Order: sequence, then C-alpha cells, then structure tokens
Amino acid sequence: MQPSVGVSVPRVDGAAKVAGTALYVDDLPPLPGELHGVTVRSRVARGRLRGVTFDPAIDWSDVTIVRAEDVTPNVVALIVDDQPVLAADVIRHAYEPVVLLACADRAKLARAAAAVTLEVDPLPPILDPEAALSADAVVEGRSNLQKRYLITKGAADVGDEASLAAIEAALAGCEVVVRGRYTTTHQEQLYLEPQGLIARWDDHGVHVVGSIQCPYYVHKALTKGFDLPADRVHVTQAVTGGGFGGKEEYPSVLALHAALLARKSGRPVRMIYDRKEDLEATTKRHPAICDVATGCDRDGTLRVLAMRVVMDGGAYVTLTPVVLSRGALHAAGAYRWRDARIEALAAATNTPPNGAFRGFGAPQTIWAIERHLDAVARELGRDPLDLRRQNLLTIGDTTATGQKLAFSVAGLECLDKARADSGYDEKRRRGPVATGRVARGIGAATFLHGAGFTGSGERNLKGKAAVDLVAGGRLLIRTGSTDIGQGTETVFRQIVADAAGLPIGAVDYAPVCTTHVPDSGPTVASRTIMIVGSIVESAARKVAARVAAERDRAGGTFAEAGDRLIAAGEVTELVQYVSPDYVKWDDATYKGDAYPVFAWSCFIAEVDVDLDTFETTVVGFWSATDVGRAVNPVLCVGQIEGGALQALGWALTEEIVWKDGLIQNPRLTNYIIPTALDAPHMTTALIEEPFPFGPGGGAKGIGELPMDGGAPAVAAAIEHATGLSLGALPLSPERLLAASRRNAL
Amino acid sequence: MKVTLTVNGSHRELDVPPLMRLIDALRGPLGLTGTKEGCAEGECGACTVLLDGDPVCSCLVPVGQCAGRSVTTVEGLGSIDHLAPLQRMFVDHGGAQCGICTPGMLVAAEALLRRTPKPTEAEIREGLAGNLCRCTGYQRIVESVKAAAELRGDRGEGAA
Repeated sequence: MQPSVGVSVPRVDGAAKVAGTALYVDDLPPLPGELHGVTVRSRVARGRLRGVTFDPAIDWSDVTIVRAEDVTPNVVALIVDDQPVLAADVIRHAYEPVVLLACADRAKLARAAAAVTLEVDPLPPILDPEAALSADAVVEGRSNLQKRYLITKGAADVGDEASLAAIEAALAGCEVVVRGRYTTTHQEQLYLEPQGLIARWDDHGVHVVGSIQCPYYVHKALTKGFDLPADRVHVTQAVTGGGFGGKEEYPSVLALHAALLARKSGRPVRMIYDRKEDLEATTKRHPAICDVATGCDRDGTLRVLAMRVVMDGGAYVTLTPVVLSRGALHAAGAYRWRDARIEALAAATNTPPNGAFRGFGAPQTIWAIERHLDAVARELGRDPLDLRRQNLLTIGDTTATGQKLAFSVAGLECLDKARADSGYDEKRRRGPVATGRVARGIGAATFLHGAGFTGSGERNLKGKAAVDLVAGGRLLIRTGSTDIGQGTETVFRQIVADAAGLPIGAVDYAPVCTTHVPDSGPTVASRTIMIVGSIVESAARKVAARVAAERDRAGGTFAEAGDRLIAAGEVTELVQYVSPDYVKWDDATYKGDAYPVFAWSCFIAEVDVDLDTFETTVVGFWSATDVGRAVNPVLCVGQIEGGALQALGWALTEEIVWKDGLIQNPRLTNYIIPTALDAPHMTTALIEEPFPFGPGGGAKGIGELPMDGGAPAVAAAIEHATGLSLGALPLSPERLLAASRRNAL
Repeated sequence: MKVTLTVNGSHRELDVPPLMRLIDALRGPLGLTGTKEGCAEGECGACTVLLDGDPVCSCLVPVGQCAGRSVTTVEGLGSIDHLAPLQRMFVDHGGAQCGICTPGMLVAAEALLRRTPKPTEAEIREGLAGNLCRCTGYQRIVESVKAAAELRGDRGEGAA
C-alpha cells in the first residue's frame, strides 16, 4: 500500500469547487415559504436608544419584525455574557444590531429596512483603548479592562507589584538598552464568501445551515439563546468560502438573528450579508499598542525584555481574553531572555467587537518584537539576521513562561534555509540598490507560533472525534472539525488511510452536522491537524486493530472481515484527546508549557520603494517553515503562502479608516487586499522536524503562523531600502513620507 | 421582457426585467450557481464570466445587454465528471482552496490562455489581476495556470 501521508493528493473537494457544483449556503435552493432577513443597525457609536419608528407608508403586514423585547435571554453566549443579541436601550458601537426584519420580497425588505428610524441620543464615544482604561464604562457595571495577563521570568519573577521595578532594575544593569513603541491596526479577514446562514424550526427543534467555522459554537449559542436541550439544536456547515477566524464566533450572532426571525415568522429565514455589512459589523483583528524595552550585552546577547501590550477589544469581550493571551505568549518572540516581564491588557471601546483572526494576537506582538530586534541591531551595528541567529531559541532553552524546549525546534534551520534561498547575505552586503527613483532592500523576520490551545486548553476541552467502519471495508470520519478551504477533509482522510492501512479512496468524511458528529473542539488555533488529526489517527488505528483481529480469527480481506464485524453490531471508535503528560501549565501564574509544541519560521522579503511616491512593492519573498511533517505538501505550502500574503496586505495596504467610530471604507473599492500583481513570487521551503506526538509521523499546526512574520519582514526591507524605520502599520506611502520628513529635519 | 442568449453553448430564453444583473439571472432562473458573488461592485472578480469571449463581472452587466450574445460560466468549462485540463490543474496544483474565487479565476484564466496560450508568470499575474483570492497567496494559482498552459499545448484550446 502506497502511503497517503507526505503525498500531495488532490484535495477531495477540489473537483466540485472547480466545476462550480460545490454548494455554499447561498447556493442552496430556497425552502418553501422562505423569507430573507436583514438587520437594522445603530449607525451611532454610543448613545441611548429612545425609540424605534416604523414609517407608516410601508405596509408592514408581510414583514416580520424582531426587537430586543422578543429576545430572552438577550445575550450571545460566549466567554462573558455581555453582548446582547439586539440592543435594547443602550448603543455601544456603530453597528450594533437593533431591529431584525424578514420578508419574502427582497426589494420590499430593502425599502422596509430604510423605513425604520432609530431615535438615538448620542453620547461621546470612547475610541482610544489607552484612554478607555480610565474612562467611564462602555458596558455599564463592567470594567473597561476586559482582561490583564502578566508573564514574569528571572529577575521580574518577584510578584505582580514588585515586578515592574525589578525589570527596570534589570534593564538598568544592561550594557545596551533600547526602547520603542510599535502599533498595529484593525484588519478584516475578508474571506471572499460573506457570512450567511439559513434557519428554520420544525418538530425536531431549530436547524441552521451556513458558512460556519465552528458549528459547536453556534450550537451552544442557540442552546442557551432559546433555552433548548442540546438534541433540539441542529447546526450544519455548508461548504464554506474561507474563514480565517472571522467565522469562528460571529456566526453565533447571525444564527441567533436568523433563528429569531424564523421562529417569529414560522418560516425558514435566509440571512446573507453583503460585503459592506460584513466589513462593518463582523469582527476584525485587534489593534495593539506595544511598548518594548530590552537590554542586551554589547556582543548582542539578549538579556532583558519588558513589554506592555494594550489591545482594543471593542465594545464586547467576545474572544478577547484568549486573543490577548496568545499575544502575550508570543511577545518574547523566538528568542532567549534571562529576565522578562510581559504585561498585556485589553480595553473596551465603542467600536465593534474585535475577534478571532488567523494569528490570534500573535501577529501584533511579533510585529513589535521583530521590529524592536531590528532597532537593537541598528543600535549595535549588527546585521539583523545575525543578531537573531545569535539569540534564537534552541533545544534545552526556556521560553518566557519557563517552557523548556525538548524537541521539534528548527528555528535555526529555517533561518539558514531562507537566508540561503534569498541571497540575503549578498544583497545585504551590497547595500540598498537605487535604480532611478526606486530603491530596493531586503529584510527578515524569524518567529515561532504555538500550535493547539494555550496551556491547559486542550486538557479542558476534551475534543472528541470518531471513525466508523462501514460496509465494504470503508471508514467514515466523524468530526466537528470543518474544512473552510484549508484542506481538513483531505488531510484527515490521508492520516486515517495510513493509520488503517487503506487507500485514501476507502475513507469518507461525514457532513459536519452537530447531530451526527462529536464536538472535536473549534477549528481554530492551528489545532486541527495536530490535535484533532491525532484523534482521528488514533480512532482509525483502533478500528483497524479490530478488523485485523477478526482477520486473524476467521480470515478474509479487510472488507470481508469488516463486514462480518458490522453484521454483529456497529463498529465505531470515539476517541477523546489526551494531552501528552509532559504538558504542564499553571493558569494562575502563567507559567509552564504554553503550547504542546511550536512551529518555527523565517520570512525574507525584498521590496522596491518608489522614492517619489513612497509606494512599496514586494518583489521577492522567501520562507522556510518547520511544519513537523507535511501531510500534504501542496496544501501545506498553500497555507503558508496564503497566510503570508494576508500578512503582506496587513503590512502595506489594509487599513480600516475610522471617523467617530464609523468605518469610512467598508468596501472592496477602498479596503485594499493584494491582487496577483501586488503579490510577489513566493519561494516556500518546508523543514520537517517531527513532533513526536503529532499525527502522520509528526505534523505540527501551521495555519496561523504565516500571518506572523510578513509585516516585520517587509518593514525591515523598507528600512534597508530607504533607511526609514517604521513602527506603525500599515507601511503606507503617507507614513513613509512623514518618516522621511522627520529624518530630513 | 424576453431575453434570448446563449449560455454555455445552449440557447436560453428568459422573461426577466432587462436591468436584472446577469449574475442574478445566472444564479436564479438559469440555475447556474457556480458563479459567485463576493462584493457586488466589480472589485473581487468572483462573478467573472465570458461575454462573447471577454471576461466581465456579471454583477455589473444587466442581462438585457446580453441579448443575442454568448455567455460562458464555470459550468461551461467542463463538468465535474469531465473536468477541463485547466480545472484539473487547479485541483492538482493547489489553485483552489475555499473555492469562492475559483469559478471566476478559472474563467479569467480561460480568457487569458485563449489570448496568450503560453503566458509568462508576469502575464498570468496581469491576466488574473481582476480576480481577488484571499486563500492562496496566488502562487499556487500561477502554478496551476502554467501547468494548464503546458497541457493545452500551443493552440491554447481548453478541450472540455
């Protein structure tokens, strides 16, 4: 039997996608009596809702209307129950949903939505996250400090109160101290399929089908929102056109809205956002302000790190504590520090809640630490990549949380590989090349990304997946892990096929519906292959062992023995994830093994900067990434390249422009993501340093990692080309112009 | 209003408002949901179809303007049981991930290869610059189109 793992088998859903027959939610045919649903939003960042008027010129008799008083409990169930399903009397951000409408006639529905007037007494909005920490409450009765973490190591490990003075004392003892501030902005996930789903009720309860990354999150929201037993909520994932975190928590809100309209109207309700509504109302990447101070020896040995991170959580907590945690846990970068103090805060503001987006807090802090290392290199007169190489974590080192790295650590190999592939040394030695008005430069970032849930997360989550034996010697994978484009369905089949000794064509993947698949935990956190993949691998081995025992007993092929077992009763293995014993984590002190393992990477970007217009073009891009084991190399490379380009977009062009808490550019015309012409040719190398507990011979999670290194590599290249060092994203012509004027003074 | 047009080689007659967007006619009465809507303002290219052989955003074209003309959608390139080489290469080389940009990307690539049977990487990027993809970083799409160009040979024909 040819193994499947390690082979770039064509993605199993590929044919339907290229033929145009894959059915995404809005491709599903209308159900009998189906209505369209729409949301009326506040358009004021903060205020008191006095009332709602419905223009009598509209005949409202065939329009279903849902308001806050129709909703009990009026809360979106997540970490903290602070977000209402519909605003009742207080408006806390400009896209707060207030009224839901449904109608069979879409044209009339649009007129009806325009005929609803919200009477709002505006209040001055709180928009600055740092100022918010001492401002009056965004959500009455709750602190604007949504969450705080403190990580201490070495000299700073003297208790919360004394740690600040202790880290300053440690800095004062260093030969070279460098300080800097690094900031990042909102970023929209911009999956090309906008959010959407269809809800209906029947004798079995409520059914929703839609574009969903985490069906069990939606299941939980509906169970709590309608006070239903779990078996009366049925959540099905349609083919999903990208998520990147954006369809992690937000679909819960949409599902509640559609289900409310469906319940009140007694009809199926389809809610599909248009691009503008999706860009305005759904979650985005948290902006962050990072203040960094480091101390090192004159020879470049890093010693002391102090970082304070402030993230803007938006009006409601949603997933902010978890995002902030991952940000804090990546703040020290891929480097050794003797002493460290990382303080991370999230503040509530009158902006739409920020949420999950690929990287999940880490791109913000890695932007800070990578930009800062370039500043340290400048201060020392060292090559930035040499300085990184000198300080990169290797086996036996401990991270800022005291995690001792024991295996699968290939940061150095990644650095050396990308360095060689890109011709970095030669290009740096030559110095920036000016051709006419264009200056060319090259820059790098090295980084790590933790795979799986943070700390004790996987142990608490107890993710489950099942493999069933079905007639004819076939296996069926049942998991709540979704394929949203990244290739889960294909890669899981490869892992299961090899674990059972079957060809990949003998493995099926059950449609993801909460009624029929177990809760494998959400499809997030670079955990799908590494964690859930190892569960399905284990389940497949157990099923295969039962078939092998039957073959030993009574002979026959796999299919024949399997069919005999099935004739005697259902053959299925439901396996719950078991964290490796070595993973020890203390949530109280934030110490221990923050992640079961890290993936490692080095990104190198070469840019042309037009010195007249300050436009930057990325002309070359090289990366080397330690993925543990590439189960499907083409899909793996596709993840890295796709994530890298999202990072380049964040670096150069993607910016949400705000005015008084409202988004000024909620369209693809003016929120600019990279085209094929903006994107560089990418040279992508995979390094395989297996994770002993990973499936398929050692796979690690890499879904989020490529979002981390793109922006700092581009900034470093711009600095090489122009001498302009920017600490704020995006690296727009306007910012470069301003920096050049400062430099000229 | 009655509109007659050719869709994927078949004669079709519609009774729809002439200002109905072509994408709505395709996805609604014509039952061709392969064409996707990503932005509704001609920026993302997900709804790209060929109109008399030229790529257009079907969200910007009123169906009335298509009377007597020929429209090719992703469904017209090849069926799931008989994929065209271009479609096959997108599967084999990682050109499709989430799949929403894919139908428009394939149609734009088909137009490119008819025009330029052996495109350089720069020509591929130029030819697909009107089609946004958020998943792939475009490199796998470029590789897919290159591989398809090889398969199609010098005549640039996309035999389905």
